[in-house]
Amino acid sequence: MALDQLVMTKFGETAGEEMILNMGPQHPSTHGVINFVVHADGEVMKKAVPQVGYLHRAIEKIGEIVTYPGFMPYTDRIDYLAAMFANEGYALAVEKLLGLTVPPRAQYLRAISCELNRIASHLISLGSMAMDIGAVTPFPYALRERESINDLLEALCGARLTYNFHRIGGVGFDMPDDWTPLCRKWLDHFDRILDEWDRLISFNEIFVERLAGLAVIPLEMAINYGLVGPNLRASGIEFDLRKAHPYGAYPDFDFKIPFGKAYAGAYRGGVVGDCFDRFYVRVLECRESVSIVRQALDKFPPGEFMAPKVPRKIKPEAGEAQSRIEAARGEMAYYVVSDGGERAYRVRARTGSFLAMGIIEELSKGLMIADLVALIASLDVVAPEIDR
Amino acid sequence: MKELIDKIIVEQLGHDPQTWPMAQGLYLVGMMLVGVLLTTFGAIFAGLLSWWERRIAARIQSRIGPNRVGPQGVLQFIADALKLILKEDLIPTDSDHILFRIAPYFVMTGFILTFVVLPFGYHLSATSMNVGLFYVVSITALVVVGILISGWASNSKWALFGGIRAAAQVVSYEIPAGMVILVPIIMAGSLNMHDIIRAQGGAPWDWFMFQTPWAYASFFIMFTALLAEGNRTPFDLPEAESEIVAGYNTEYSGMRFGYYFLAEWGNLWVMSAVLTTLFLGGWQVPFVSMAKLTAWEAAGHVPLWYYLASAAVFTLKVLVLVNIIVWIRWTFPRIRVDQMMNLCWKYLVPIGMGLVVLAAVTELLSYQLFGEAAKGQAKVGSIRDTLHFAFFLVAGLVPFAAFALKTRRNIYIVGDRVDLSNW
Repeated sequence: MALDQLVMTKFGETAGEEMILNMGPQHPSTHGVINFVVHADGEVMKKAVPQVGYLHRAIEKIGEIVTYPGFMPYTDRIDYLAAMFANEGYALAVEKLLGLTVPPRAQYLRAISCELNRIASHLISLGSMAMDIGAVTPFPYALRERESINDLLEALCGARLTYNFHRIGGVGFDMPDDWTPLCRKWLDHFDRILDEWDRLISFNEIFVERLAGLAVIPLEMAINYGLVGPNLRASGIEFDLRKAHPYGAYPDFDFKIPFGKAYAGAYRGGVVGDCFDRFYVRVLECRESVSIVRQALDKFPPGEFMAPKVPRKIKPEAGEAQSRIEAARGEMAYYVVSDGGERAYRVRARTGSFLAMGIIEELSKGLMIADLVALIASLDVVAPEIDR
Repeated sequence: MKELIDKIIVEQLGHDPQTWPMAQGLYLVGMMLVGVLLTTFGAIFAGLLSWWERRIAARIQSRIGPNRVGPQGVLQFIADALKLILKEDLIPTDSDHILFRIAPYFVMTGFILTFVVLPFGYHLSATSMNVGLFYVVSITALVVVGILISGWASNSKWALFGGIRAAAQVVSYEIPAGMVILVPIIMAGSLNMHDIIRAQGGAPWDWFMFQTPWAYASFFIMFTALLAEGNRTPFDLPEAESEIVAGYNTEYSGMRFGYYFLAEWGNLWVMSAVLTTLFLGGWQVPFVSMAKLTAWEAAGHVPLWYYLASAAVFTLKVLVLVNIIVWIRWTFPRIRVDQMMNLCWKYLVPIGMGLVVLAAVTELLSYQLFGEAAKGQAKVGSIRDTLHFAFFLVAGLVPFAAFALKTRRNIYIVGDRVDLSNW
C-alpha cells in the first residue's frame, strides 16, 4: 500500500477506481529494462507512462573519451540486436569528416552484413511479438533462423553479436572464399521459412484478430511523433533512407519498400498503421533483404575491402558531420563533431526505439493490458537502443 | 466398489454384509484404498504428462527437451517434484496467510474428486453414480474457488488480475459446457457416465459425436469450453506470462506452486475423459456390440479380456485427446479478455442453446419414426445405421483426410521430413 501511495503522489494523480501498476523493469515482456507505470481501471488502461533510463550507459559520452576507431566496439552496444547498423552509421559519419571514399567491395560487404543483420533483428522482433501474443512456438523458429545468420556473420567477421565489422574506411575483413555458397544456400532455405512463417503465425486467425485495428497510428501522428523505419512505413508511407537518400551500395540494388496497407484485411477491422501492419511490414522487409543480399552476391565486385589511405592515427579536421542510415529499427543518425584532435568533441546517436517510446503514452489510452504488450512488441523497442 | 466388497464378504468370508459388523470397516478400507489409488494415478499421470508435454513442445520447436533423468527423461517429473518439495515454502508477509496456504488444496481437491465418477473402462470406476455428470460439473467448480482465493490472498496485483480473469473465464465457460452436455444426456437419457457410454457403440459411427450434426457441433463447443475451464491455450489468460507475469500463482513457490501445475496437467485427463465419455464412445470396444455384452452380462460372465480391452480403448482415446490439447497449446496464440467473453456469450452460449433444442427435437422425431428402435445402438443395416455411417464419412473422415494432407504438405514444403532419429 505504501508503495502505491508513493507512486500516486509522485505522479500527482489519485482516482477512486484506478489501479497503478508498475509493469517492469523486471517484467517478462517489456523487451529489456523499461518500466511502464500503468494506470488501469480493471483490464482497461487509462494510460501507460514509459519510464526510460534504466539501461543508460553514457555511450555518447564515452565517444568523447576514446579515439575515433576505439569507439567502434562501443557502437555495437547501442543496439545489440542490430549492431552492424550502429557500426555503419558511425563509420559513415567519421568517413565524411575525413573525406574518405570507401571502395565498392567494402560497400557491398557492408550492405550484405547489414541486410543479414536486419533479417536477424526482425526475426527477434517478430518472434518476440508472437510470444507476447501468447504463441511460444514461433519464437524458437525465429531464433533457429537467427542462429544460422549468426553463424554466417561469424564466418564473415568472427563475432556473433557485437560484430565490430565496419571500420572507418571499409570493413574489418574480406569475405572468406567459401562464404558465398553458404550464404546462398541459407537464403534459399530462408525463402521457404518465410512462407512457413506466414502459415504458422502471420495469418493465424487468433493472431490477426488480436492485432487488427489495434493501436492505430495515423500517418500524421506518426510524423508528428517522429517515428522512423518500419513503424513509420506501417502507417502507409513509402519512406526508406535506402531509397530516399541512398548511401553505400544501395543505389545498385533493385528492391521494393514495404509499407502499411491494412494487411489484416478490412473485414477483420484492419486499418493502415495498426499493430498487424507493423508486424507484417517487417515480414515483408525480410523478403526484400533476402533479395538485396542475393543481388549483392551476384554483383560482388573485386578490389580492396579497405580504403587505401586511412591514416593510422585518425585526426579529422575540425568540423562536423552527420550520417543517416536505415537501421533495423528505423533511421539511425550519427552526429560527430571534431575539434581537430584524436578524440571526437561530441558524438550523438539518434535511434529509432527512443522515438517509438514517446508515442506509447498517447496510444495506450483505452487499450487493455494485454494490448500494451502487443503495442510495445509491435514498435520493436529494444532497451539499450532507447537509453544508449 | 460396494458391490465388489459385498461380493468378497459373501463369497470369500461367508458373512451377510447387511448384518456383519465388520462390513463397515471393510468398506472404509476399500474407500481409502481406492482414494489412494486414484490420487496416485492423478499425480503420476500429471507428472508423466508434464514430461510428455515438454517433449512434444520441444519437438514442435526444434529442440530436444528433457532427456536426462531416466530413459528419455521420463523420470524428469520426479526430479522436478523433489526440487519443488525441497524448496522453501515462501509466504509473502503481506498476504492473507491462511487463505494463501489453503488455496492450492482447493484446487487439488476439485481435481482429485472428479476421479470418483470418471470411468476407466467397463465396470471400472470408483462409483457408478446416477448423477455422475452433474457431479463432475459441480465439483470442478471448486478449482476456480482455489484460484480466486490464491489471486486474492497473494496481495499482488498480478495475482489478482490472474484470479479475476480465471473467475470470469471459468464461470462464463461453464454455461456453454453445461448446455452442450445436455445433448448427449438427451441422446442417452441418463446422467450416469456408464449409461451414457452404453448408449453408444464401439464403431466411430456409433459414437454420439457422429450420430447427429448437433452432437458433432456440441463436441467442438464442449472442447472449447473445457479448454477455457482448464486454462489451456488459447484461453490461458489467467496465467498469461507475457501479460501478467504468472497470473494467480505469481507469489507461490515450492510444492504449493507444484500443486497448481499438478492440477492443471491432471485436469487434461479429466477433460479428455469427460469428452470421451460423452461423445467418443467411452470404453466401448470396437467389434463387440452391446447385444453381445448384454448377453455376457445376462449369463453372468464377462470375459476378462473385455475389461482390459475396454480400459485400453478408453485410455487410448483419452491420450489422443490429451495430445491434441498439447498440440493446440504449442501452436496457437492467446486471445484477449474481451474476445474470450465475446466468444462465450455471443457465440457459444446461443449456439449451445440452439443445439440442445435441435437435439431434443431430433430425438423426439426419431422416437416417433423408429419407436423403441431409436434407443441404443442402431442395428447394422438399418436406416439409422446407414445415416450415422454417411454422416461419419462426411463429418469425420473428410476433415481428417484434409488435415492429414495439409500437415503432410506443411512438412514437405519447407524441406523437412518426418524424422524421429533425434528423439
